[in-house]
Amino acid sequence: MVTSPDDLKYKLFTRRAGLISAGMLVLTSGLVGRLYFLQVVGQNQYKLLADKNRISLRLLAPERGKILDRNGHGIAINRTDYRVNIIPEQTEDVEATLAALKSFLPISERRKRRILRAVKRQRAFLPVTVAENLDWETFARVNINIPDLPGIQPDMGITRYYPEKDLMAHVVGYVSSVNAREIGEDPLLELPGFKIGKNGMERVLDQRLRGKAGNSRVEVNVMGRVIRELSRKDSISGDTLNLTIDRDIQKFTADRVRDESAAVVVMDVHSGEILALTSTPAYDPNDFNLGISQKKYDILLHDARKPLINKTVQGEYPPGSTFKMIVALAALEAGVVDEHEKIFCNSKFEIGNTTKHCWKRQGHGLVNMVEAIAGSCDVYFYTIAVRVGIDKIHDMAARFGLGEKFDIDIPGEKKGLNPSKGWKMANRGSRWQGGDTANVGIGQGDVLVTPLQLCVMTARLVNGGRAVNPEILFPEEGESIETPEVIPLSRKNIEIVLRGMAAVINKPYGVAYAQRMRKDGMSFGGKTGSAQVRRITKEERDVRVRKNEEKPWRERDHALFVGYGPLENPRYAVSVIVEHGGGGSKKAAPIAKDVLEYMFTRDNQAQSGRFPSKGDA
Amino acid sequence: MAMGLQGRRRSKPLLQKISELNPVIIVTVILIAGVGFALLYSVAGGSVDPWAKKQVIRFVIGMVGMVVIALVDIRVWMFLAYPLYFLSLIMLIIVSVMGHTGMGATRWINLGFMNFQPSELVKITLVLALARYFHCLAKEETGKYSRLIMPLFLIGAPVILVLLQPDLGTALLIIIGGLSILFCGGVRMWIFVVGFLAMIPTAFGAWKFMKPYQQNRVLTFLNPERDPLGAGYHSIQAKIAVGSGGLYGKGFIQGSQSQLNFLPEKHTDFIFTVLSEEFGLMGGLGLLGLYIILLAYAMFTSMSVRSQFGRLLCLGISVTFFLYMFINMAMNLGMLPVVGVPLPLVSYGGSAMLTLLVGIGFVLCAAIHRDTSISRGGAFA
Repeated sequence: MVTSPDDLKYKLFTRRAGLISAGMLVLTSGLVGRLYFLQVVGQNQYKLLADKNRISLRLLAPERGKILDRNGHGIAINRTDYRVNIIPEQTEDVEATLAALKSFLPISERRKRRILRAVKRQRAFLPVTVAENLDWETFARVNINIPDLPGIQPDMGITRYYPEKDLMAHVVGYVSSVNAREIGEDPLLELPGFKIGKNGMERVLDQRLRGKAGNSRVEVNVMGRVIRELSRKDSISGDTLNLTIDRDIQKFTADRVRDESAAVVVMDVHSGEILALTSTPAYDPNDFNLGISQKKYDILLHDARKPLINKTVQGEYPPGSTFKMIVALAALEAGVVDEHEKIFCNSKFEIGNTTKHCWKRQGHGLVNMVEAIAGSCDVYFYTIAVRVGIDKIHDMAARFGLGEKFDIDIPGEKKGLNPSKGWKMANRGSRWQGGDTANVGIGQGDVLVTPLQLCVMTARLVNGGRAVNPEILFPEEGESIETPEVIPLSRKNIEIVLRGMAAVINKPYGVAYAQRMRKDGMSFGGKTGSAQVRRITKEERDVRVRKNEEKPWRERDHALFVGYGPLENPRYAVSVIVEHGGGGSKKAAPIAKDVLEYMFTRDNQAQSGRFPSKGDA
Repeated sequence: MAMGLQGRRRSKPLLQKISELNPVIIVTVILIAGVGFALLYSVAGGSVDPWAKKQVIRFVIGMVGMVVIALVDIRVWMFLAYPLYFLSLIMLIIVSVMGHTGMGATRWINLGFMNFQPSELVKITLVLALARYFHCLAKEETGKYSRLIMPLFLIGAPVILVLLQPDLGTALLIIIGGLSILFCGGVRMWIFVVGFLAMIPTAFGAWKFMKPYQQNRVLTFLNPERDPLGAGYHSIQAKIAVGSGGLYGKGFIQGSQSQLNFLPEKHTDFIFTVLSEEFGLMGGLGLLGLYIILLAYAMFTSMSVRSQFGRLLCLGISVTFFLYMFINMAMNLGMLPVVGVPLPLVSYGGSAMLTLLVGIGFVLCAAIHRDTSISRGGAFA
């Protein structure tokens, strides 16, 4: 074969094309190797990353547990909240749609700017809230006109609602948006719009009310739009809480003291169930739920009558004469006085080098124990208090729940102060004096109580001496109910004290004789009290003790009353404090009387079948 | 020899030519395009719109063109090599002047029924022109440096025009495709060695010439995690798609990365990731296998054709086809920076589809006319 120039070209071509083929082969095997590396070696890692891309876990908020009164009336419930959203991608002109919407509901300029900002910031398929908490009529009107409102989406959510407004504010408290400090373990708190209990029972029992979050695993695309749901675990609603409080009793008491700065506690003396726990003035928890304005909040905060404070458990007051039952029992039990001993009151009591006075300037004359309680004689109680000594008084007060915290699922409950020698040494750094004992003997000085404690004290006095504890919630299923133990006291001595309390109202020499019940078969007993807010100086006393009505509101005495009824087989205990209300007999006793009368009327109606109620426990 | 003499005088009868069209190659081309249709159907969420249907129509038109080209006498093509080259150059110039601007780069010419990219066509016409040039050189002339001027001009002119658009990927494809013909046409080896060494400073120069987005792509290629939500996003998401496909894939229309739009440009440059995600390693190797059949046939043809024109033509087209395939896959697999090179016959897009089918038409043409010798003097001498 002759080697022609063409053959040479051919040979060179074949050689070099072979080289190129080899190069292609090498590069191709590089591709194969890379495919193997990614799809076989790395497949698990990349599958994970792909799932991370596509799967998004959405929390499903649980429905918050309801709080109901003892008859099942809603106190804190969940209400459908009508709102209107705009979905920017469904309208060509957001501003035009908003303008059209304006003829159905007002949109302020500020709100409009906020909406437009949100529209710009968010992805176009995500709804932006235009208006919330609409009434049904407005919502319905928007719904009907939907064809003319492109991009508008009517929506219903669930918000907490307190239908009784301010009636139970101090009991249930309120929920509000989670703040940055509160965000913790529970991812629920990070859900937009999620609310947690900020006060009252809503706060203390938040965990029980909150429920358990469900979740929904959804597939999302690169824009975050949900394509489909992969799996779902439904949320578990929070527990329903059943209050022992009766909405109607609560409403009656609240209305009765509406204009006062007052606290009223009503309790079933046998079970300890609290039937009413009223503190006025109050606030509307719905304001806090929806976001209270700073102005409104400042008004509440700076109100001298302290609407934000739950006075029934947070208010600590000198018990005044309502403490005298404790002193009497301590003295009777110690045997330092008996029912019949008469002590002379000339309105003056000397102890050490000071003189203490009785509230009655002309004195009570000779009084025995029942008369002393009924007439609230201070000299009598100075005398027996000094006789029995602070230690025994302290022990007796403790047995009746004074100085004790009951932990009734309402925040901020105070202990009050049941003073003792040890307490004074530790806190004041000085020895206990006889004068201190005399002061405590009439419920002044260091002793401090809460209205709840006074009510518990009264219940324990009238229920046969059983140490009931206050309950505000019915026990959960399976929770055992303890029978309260009997306070080891002479039955006879309690009877003496109760006779005194009955005389306060029902004997002409009782200080609150004017408040006796005149209706058939209705009766009650109790004890008035006036707690000095400001010490009466010697100079003042020399001139003339001013009447309460003459003093500025802040300097007037607190009016107190503890009561029970009926006299035979008492069922209810009531404690009333009217801050700066003046005298207990004039201001506090009538409230207790009206409340008890209301209760008796209800019970009578229930018995005659016209008023079915669980209230008569 | 008798056949060759006969072929020199006149062309084969048409029917015989048709019977010589390699059925394996025709079927392979249809299979590859079929993979493309399926993937376009899938990325549209299981719909022939907006891509699959159009792609089928273009493919059918392209197939007709391919067969026509294959049946025309190779000497006609050699005769037309330069005119076609200059025609495509003129089109490139037109594009620079009045082309349709898309994606920040001027690349298309509006033909009414489709936007055509002359830069695609020029890849083939350059191969034709260079093959003709080297066909006409005697063995001893191929070594002369003066004979390098013309081919370098032929390559340089379209490269400069394409770079002006600017389209770095296509420019590289044209350069490498052209150089492969110079290489096999007989240009001395040491020139390539020196040229390769000279590339290094040129690369730095090219860096300066690149637009910021191109620089970004290179930087991101070197380290995709540099900017996982920005420029590196494409690379990372593509790798996730491919890797998560595993051995057998997630199933047709089941690829989460592609169906949920995590993949960029999934119907064009990144369509291989869709294949890899939905059909796994098996799918990827399957397509690669089809490409290898096609390339092996083209390379084998190049070595068995009698005329130097035919050989170089086949080689140039093989190399161009391979470059498409390799660069695209390597880019999909995160081995190369993101450059706009489609997956041959699979990616959505008319220009590349037509160009590649035309190219395969020339390979088939060379195969049918493998025994046709052509004198150095020219076409019908």
